[in-house]
Amino acid sequence: MKRISSALLGVLLAGLGAGSAIAQQQTLPASNAPQAAPTTAAPDDGGLTGSVTGEGAWQDLGVAIPAFPTDNAVPTAADGGNTAALGKNLARVVYNDLKNNGLFKPTGPDALPGIGYQEVAAPNFSGWRARSAEMLVQGFVRAAADGRLTVGCYLYDVGLGSELARQGYVVQPGDWRRAAHKCADMVYSRLSGESPFFDSKIAYIAETGPKDHRRKQLAIMDSDGANHRFITNGQATALTPRYSPDYQQIAYLSYLNGNPRIYVYDIGSGTQHLVLQSRNPTFAPRWSPDGKSLLFSMAIGGNTDIYRIPATGGEPVRLTNTPGINVGGSYSPDGKRIVFESDRSGSQQVYVMNADGADQKRISFFGGRAATPEWSPRGDQIAFTCICGNLRVAVMNPSGGDMRFLTNSWQDEAPTWSPNGRIVQFFRTEKNTGHTSIWQVDLTGLNERKLNTPVDASDPAWGPVLP
Amino acid sequence: MKRTLLTVTLLAGSISLAACSSNSAKNRTAAELPPPPASSTTTTPPPPPSGPAAGSQADFVASVQSDTIHFDTDRYNVDAQSQTILQSQAQWLARYPMKRVTIEGHCDERGTRDYNIALGERRANAAKNYLVSLGVDASRISTVSYGKERPIALGSDEAAWAQNRRAVTVTVQ
Repeated sequence: MKRISSALLGVLLAGLGAGSAIAQQQTLPASNAPQAAPTTAAPDDGGLTGSVTGEGAWQDLGVAIPAFPTDNAVPTAADGGNTAALGKNLARVVYNDLKNNGLFKPTGPDALPGIGYQEVAAPNFSGWRARSAEMLVQGFVRAAADGRLTVGCYLYDVGLGSELARQGYVVQPGDWRRAAHKCADMVYSRLSGESPFFDSKIAYIAETGPKDHRRKQLAIMDSDGANHRFITNGQATALTPRYSPDYQQIAYLSYLNGNPRIYVYDIGSGTQHLVLQSRNPTFAPRWSPDGKSLLFSMAIGGNTDIYRIPATGGEPVRLTNTPGINVGGSYSPDGKRIVFESDRSGSQQVYVMNADGADQKRISFFGGRAATPEWSPRGDQIAFTCICGNLRVAVMNPSGGDMRFLTNSWQDEAPTWSPNGRIVQFFRTEKNTGHTSIWQVDLTGLNERKLNTPVDASDPAWGPVLP
Repeated sequence: MKRTLLTVTLLAGSISLAACSSNSAKNRTAAELPPPPASSTTTTPPPPPSGPAAGSQADFVASVQSDTIHFDTDRYNVDAQSQTILQSQAQWLARYPMKRVTIEGHCDERGTRDYNIALGERRANAAKNYLVSLGVDASRISTVSYGKERPIALGSDEAAWAQNRRAVTVTVQ
């Protein structure tokens, strides 16, 4: 267990703060609108068969999101400088979350009149009906004497004139965007019946420089690209990061000291440790769902197998033992099974085994090669890279059935799931230039879009929803 | 040992006729090779006095057939042409028994990242194993895989990919 100071590593940002402050839930007063029944029409479908093929009617809902008023415009350290300007920024984040993900038909604060503070819990339904809004998101922001912010978020059905949901959050000024993401998550979950995903983060590799001298840095950002930070300075090539489930650590591959090895970087302390002291290359790190152990791949004499090791270090346990390349690995959400990649049959294919390595069986039989399998957080799908002519992102069920392509480009690879298992991110490489970028696509195959990153980007790893 | 290694270069032609898979290449030992022709010891002239410093990386590159061997798509077997190249490298290593080398394994861009790191490692090891079969002590050879991270040909076509699927021997100075 070798600890290395961040200064020596040239780590740019030591001490980002030990993870994110919890967005404390705050009980809000009910609005004066009647409460709708606590469940929506969205069914608990328990599987994607019914819900992925057709867009729900909810996709077409017009959602109005006016600026969040404040009771008292006071200075704040959050973006905007004072709580009145912040209120508009909060509504913008909610609007952009919904709009950029192709969810609903939102209208944001820059296209809507402002509302008064008292109006938040007493909406002017007739006015919104006149604007043809079907759903209405109203919120407020207040600053406490200690600087902390209280953000309230109400969702109304304009047609029914009723309140569908409300939540309040207490956050530090630096976490103001999280309150907006939580609000967008509430709206999305209530209207779609799906689990939330906006309040989450992505670790990835930032790429710069020419194709034969790429500089590759570990970087992190919020799910909407905000709060972007470089973690390493690029002196050593960094690859394939994975956030720990609690966002406190990132496991990744680094060529620090010349050889590929897995390190675990601690975000709070800005230090990192080598997962395993070994003369052999270690790569492809993957966290267990409880964050207590890591899967990794190690090549010995050219033969690669998958191992499990406590995240804090210790004795590795070998899970595969066949000639060839066994690599990667992704746990089922219950931690009982692992999907991985092996070329034991002669080419890369996807296999499933029990968490202890027992009962290994191949599930991909499509022609072409199948690589980088990632188990959906919902458990019902496995995303992977199909190497069939071009490289394309596809999904199948855990038995290998119902294979569907989600993308069709020259080179798309390395899928990672949104926390709710509804969206897949991946990276796309441009032919010849080698430029890379992170993209995402719905499980429906729709709403494909490129994420905005400061420089080229690859190897995205989407973490869970923050508490 | 030195005599045998010198011989091997001369026999490139016959070896390539018997182009073999990596597995058989791995198992091939110097003892299995046909006996040397009489002239073998005169075929490798000492480096010219004005050339690179004896035992240097420049000397290595100038002395061997190539510092690089190539592989087919998704393969790691050392083909006949690569065997000849590695034989010339083994010969140089026999001349400088204190020298150590690192073999760098590389892949083309048309594979996934993790797998390519494993495949590059496999290619580097295939080259290493062949050198060891020629009598080079395994402790003198280390390997490192760069997967698809360090292409030398920058295009996205078969010709570029063929150049990038390689194992490069670099002397440790």
